[in-house]
Amino acid sequence: MAEEGRAGGTTARPPLLTVVAPDPPAPGAAAGTDRPGRAGWWSPRGRERLLQLGFLLPAVAYLLLFFGYPVVQNVVMAFQEYTTATFYTGEAPWVGLDNYVAVLTSAVFNQALVNTVLFTVGSIAGQFVIGLAIAVFFQRRFPLSGVLRSLLLLPWLMPLIVSGAVWRWILDQDNGALNRFLGGVGLIGENPGWLTSTSLALIAVIVVNIWVGIPFNTTILYGGLQDVPRELYEAAALDGATGWRAFRHVTWPLLRPVVNVVLVLGVVYTIKVLDIILGLTGGGPANATQTIATQSYHLSFQEFRFGQGAALGNVLIVISLVFALFYLRANRRAGQG
Amino acid sequence: MARRGARLGRTALATATALATAATLAACGGGGAGDSGGPVTSLRVLDYYNNEPENTVYADLLNACGQQAGVTIQREAVPGASLIAKVLQQASSRTLPDVLMLDNPDLQQIAATGALSPITDFGLSTDGYANGIVSASTYEGKVYGMQPVTNTIGLFYNEDMLAAAGVTPPKTWDELKAAAAKLTSGDRYGLAFSAPANYEGTWQFLPFMWSNGGDETNIASPQVAQALQLWVDLVTSGSASRSVVNWTQADVNEQFGAGKAAMMINGPWQFPALAQKAPDLKYGVVPIPVPQAGATEVAPLGGETWTLPRTGDEARQKKAAEIVACLNSDATQMNLATERSSVPTKTALLDGFVAQAPTMAAFTEQVKTARARTGKLGADWPAAATKIYTAVQSAITGGATPDAALRQAQNG
Repeated sequence: MAEEGRAGGTTARPPLLTVVAPDPPAPGAAAGTDRPGRAGWWSPRGRERLLQLGFLLPAVAYLLLFFGYPVVQNVVMAFQEYTTATFYTGEAPWVGLDNYVAVLTSAVFNQALVNTVLFTVGSIAGQFVIGLAIAVFFQRRFPLSGVLRSLLLLPWLMPLIVSGAVWRWILDQDNGALNRFLGGVGLIGENPGWLTSTSLALIAVIVVNIWVGIPFNTTILYGGLQDVPRELYEAAALDGATGWRAFRHVTWPLLRPVVNVVLVLGVVYTIKVLDIILGLTGGGPANATQTIATQSYHLSFQEFRFGQGAALGNVLIVISLVFALFYLRANRRAGQG
Repeated sequence: MARRGARLGRTALATATALATAATLAACGGGGAGDSGGPVTSLRVLDYYNNEPENTVYADLLNACGQQAGVTIQREAVPGASLIAKVLQQASSRTLPDVLMLDNPDLQQIAATGALSPITDFGLSTDGYANGIVSASTYEGKVYGMQPVTNTIGLFYNEDMLAAAGVTPPKTWDELKAAAAKLTSGDRYGLAFSAPANYEGTWQFLPFMWSNGGDETNIASPQVAQALQLWVDLVTSGSASRSVVNWTQADVNEQFGAGKAAMMINGPWQFPALAQKAPDLKYGVVPIPVPQAGATEVAPLGGETWTLPRTGDEARQKKAAEIVACLNSDATQMNLATERSSVPTKTALLDGFVAQAPTMAAFTEQVKTARARTGKLGADWPAAATKIYTAVQSAITGGATPDAALRQAQNG
């Protein structure tokens, strides 16, 4: 499977490790470890090992500084009463689990959690299905297909604040383009409040987010499709598998690793979406589009309760981690199979 | 408020990123205070007047004040939504400017950090200022800022539309409801106001809530419920659009300017935009209607206050205090009020100001009795403001009765 190494990354790593692993224990070193003894570092193997570590160092330093430090800081902050005063005095009293208790028992939390799940599942389902359909469609060559494919990237390239403002205008209840159009063709009697009704706002926000996410899904899936060998389709056609059956038995199994990547990245990107929601509804009306991400932003930067905002942020990190674990497992299984 | 409200969403990520790096920067801070010890030749100023014409107005004013005090001004103007992030970052790295402008409801948060000096330490005083103005700049009994001009919101009305419908500008809630109903026709609403899910929605609701005796320390009261019922009635009767829950004050102004609303609740900072987009529109402004005839109008105060961060350099702080005093002189207050369509904060100047700027009469009248948003709750105001707009939104969208919505929000 050509896709395996590129998508997984995990399959690429083991060979690197196996170079190191067979290192025989140096005399005097504790049994069971492959750590070379003092003199061992200068043996050819030890030097190679040092070199390998040297190459790792920049990446590790980068990860620790820009990912490790903020995450640790965020975890610590959630146990503190971190306010505007903390920025000046540096004092942040330890409050234990108070911040978690406050955010998890607040009236908004349950709604925000449900909204986050609906928003993520709805967005991913829509983006993936439409993205895949478009990717499969563009596998055929036809005049202008290249141009059209690049035009599809447009939503991805536009600043989210700009697309948010335009969508807000399109979805306006009284004078929005959408309601004008629907009314014009006689589909609706009364103007639906896409962004102003508590039952429609979340759907509208999901639809806009799907629109934003389609190019990402299409691009990655299209790349995956390009790597499916042509001759497999020919062989399948000889056996009578064409159209849907070819997709089901040839395309889909070979695309699986790419699908895994797209879905997991999609979840991680979607679960933390902030700007689209802030731009469209600000979490309203009446918290109908409030997600854990927007609530966390609100607590930190509008109410200046940085500790509580951090606690909610950590909840989000945990959810993302769970998905990352699923991804790793799915990937390992795919690697073994 | 008007400025911040409109920009709440925009720099969400910028703010977050800036604050995330604040802690890191703290470690490398320390410098930046500059030439301590020697004679003070220049001062650093930070504000959020980064749009024209305000940008030039304040640049000129600060330079003139600097000249008077014998220093050059190094001014930095950042976008409104990123000011607080910037200030917190500077507070943490000890690089705060010598003179700092803050939106008045934010003063509490920044004063709470201990990063500001009381203005009385430098011989400044707020005697003769409107009470609400002083309370906005007061944290735990000490005054930390001086605000040269203020603003508030009033009821704008389209003169032609009211004349055609035979309606006079409403003074009470009943008159407001009747007028709005009568002025609604076709795709035109009688009234437009702003009730989005942010502090802008709270700001617009306050005059109704306060004038009816409502109190932000406990919003689950009949007084607040009555005020909210008024808003709900206006929307459910169709006199105001259901879109109010997603309209910013700038959106409201667009509706009014385009003739889609006969009246609107808004502030004088919309004058330039109205003049530009609807130059032929004839409109007037009256104070926001009160519950019954004779009741006192209590509006919220807007505007920015100028503070003196603790830079640890006595000589520089003294010079900075001279700049703040200059920004608040009678002449500056009158000039700024005229140029920025706002209201002077010294009560003795008000009558003279109205004579000179008659379009500001309604706002000036309201400022005399207006209150500061943070006057009662101080640094706890943001939490209360969130409760207020949440309750307003759930009542207008029909999720709960005003009474239930307010109780729910109050109990959080």
